[in-house]
Amino acid sequence: MLELRDVHTYYGNIQALKGITLEIRNGEIITLIGANGAGKSSTLMSICGVAPPRSGEILFRGEPITRMSPDHIVSLGVCQVPEGRHIFPQLTVQENLDMGAFLRTDKEEIRRDLEYVFSLFPILAERRAQAGGTLSGGEQQMLAMSRALMARPQLLLLDEPSMGLAPLIIRQIFEIIKKINQEQDTTIFLVEQNANQALQIADRGYVIENGTITISDTAENLLANSDVQKAYLGI
Amino acid sequence: MFSLEQLKKSLLVSLWFAFLTFPLLVIKVDPIQRTVLWRWENMVLVAIGSFLVSLLVRVFNQHQERRRERRAAGGIAEREPLIQVILREPKYLYPLSAAVLLCSLIFPHLVSTYQTNILITALMYVMLGLGLNIVVGLAGLLDLGYVAFYAVGAYSYALLNYHFDVGFWMALPIGALLAAMFGVLLGFPVLRLRGDYLAIVTLGFGEIIRLILENWNEFSQGPSGISNIPRPGFFGVELSLESAILYLYYIMIAMVIFTIFVVNRLQDSRIGRAWVALREDEIACQAMGIDKRKTKLTAFALGATWAGMVGVIFAAKTTFINPASFTFLESAIILCIVVLGGMGSIFGVIVGALVLILLPEYLRALSDYRMLAFGAVLVTMMIFRPQGVVANIRRSYQFRANPDGEGQ
Repeated sequence: MLELRDVHTYYGNIQALKGITLEIRNGEIITLIGANGAGKSSTLMSICGVAPPRSGEILFRGEPITRMSPDHIVSLGVCQVPEGRHIFPQLTVQENLDMGAFLRTDKEEIRRDLEYVFSLFPILAERRAQAGGTLSGGEQQMLAMSRALMARPQLLLLDEPSMGLAPLIIRQIFEIIKKINQEQDTTIFLVEQNANQALQIADRGYVIENGTITISDTAENLLANSDVQKAYLGI
Repeated sequence: MFSLEQLKKSLLVSLWFAFLTFPLLVIKVDPIQRTVLWRWENMVLVAIGSFLVSLLVRVFNQHQERRRERRAAGGIAEREPLIQVILREPKYLYPLSAAVLLCSLIFPHLVSTYQTNILITALMYVMLGLGLNIVVGLAGLLDLGYVAFYAVGAYSYALLNYHFDVGFWMALPIGALLAAMFGVLLGFPVLRLRGDYLAIVTLGFGEIIRLILENWNEFSQGPSGISNIPRPGFFGVELSLESAILYLYYIMIAMVIFTIFVVNRLQDSRIGRAWVALREDEIACQAMGIDKRKTKLTAFALGATWAGMVGVIFAAKTTFINPASFTFLESAIILCIVVLGGMGSIFGVIVGALVLILLPEYLRALSDYRMLAFGAVLVTMMIFRPQGVVANIRRSYQFRANPDGEGQ
């Protein structure tokens, strides 16, 4: 579904990605784990077109999207939940969700998706008239994910959904990620520091270090890998 | 009634005011007779005055606080301000706006031409405020050079008329279009800027336009300006000065109604939602697939369009323009209108424009202290109502629980 081929990305003169090659197949949950500053978010930014790569190629469904504008990429069905949630604080929950469906015009389908999202996160239905900024961190994360789902993406990019959340909420969020993947047939690319949780639900995983992929394996193998255990799982 | 703590704070305030006003109100130097007059009694008056005012404000605030607490304890919900109720309920809003419209239609027949003239100016600022409201209030782009588009409109009419004898009604759309083009022109370099940096660039842009007009003599006749610009024609009929002003007044009323209609529609449209989203969070906007570049450029262009139209009207109204009419102060006043009236709120901007333009006119009775009083009103407003006269309450949905679980 998505393929990165030797992607090099720079911020000015600073090289963030030094040749990333990875592949996401249809219906998978793929996780990218790594330390702070390893290039996890930069990988996502490159895919979304916010920080386009200087060299290399990004293919979505076999078509190159390397130098497309961010809004064009979203319209193809690649939607991102940005790191730190980034909900619209003064818009209500409902309006936030409406913004998610910004590019869509099929009203009936949008309504159905809204129902689906509310069934995933009943708390949002309760708070639909409340301003987004007044939600708790966990609720904001739920809102950010729901908003992305409202775009009905084929590929959902999640940037650290567990950031700053309580362990109980994290578990809930990850369960729902799994659920979305199964019920909606949405392919998920999950960028995480919380390697343990991410690998629990993922099919395959990549480990990124200093802008390059160092290990690529199935989730079970990664969980069992002694290097990964030492570096990321704290075992 | 008031505690020692409050007295102490008010005392400090009065001391501070006495100190601040000391050089202005106490010392009076006469350089010719070489004498210095010390008016200590002024200081005492200032101290007592500010002490009392400060104490009153404190007591008032405390009172409000108590009432709110009592309400909260009694479980009584906060009462919605009357204005918001009126604005929300069509059954109040429509008759009220009809009444206002009727009043404004017969108004010029009741008062002197001078008053009508002032009101035309106020209505022009209503339009300018509503235009800038698109850029600042909705899209959240702080534009300090808005007057540049106003100048573009005014000069496009003046020059087109001077060289090609173009009439008012032809110039109106041309001025709007040219201003919109300049809006896009400014928009491109500032696409990646925001906040303070954007403000500085737009400020510079406003000054550039003014300086060009001031110095490019061959093009704009420099500081001496362009005179003899015709007033709007009425199907080829020559109008006397008084009826010309009356005619202009009705044109302005029509234009303001048109502006309100368009801005209102824009607010609820797709592009309006994109503007609001852009104001709230740019990163999220991109993640939602909103074209940041297009959204920002349309905000600048549409905002500038109104300034361009008002510019044409301004040139027609005064029949003479020169660059001195388009200084930074104008931009600042228009921005004041938007902020003071209530950012993003159409009604607020209208009120803001009327207050800010009419207040200095009617404060003329205070002669020398006019601008001081004006400044004081601005400061007090921002302290006590930072959200503006009429805060913007965006339309919110009402939800009813449906038995079959279908959302509304």
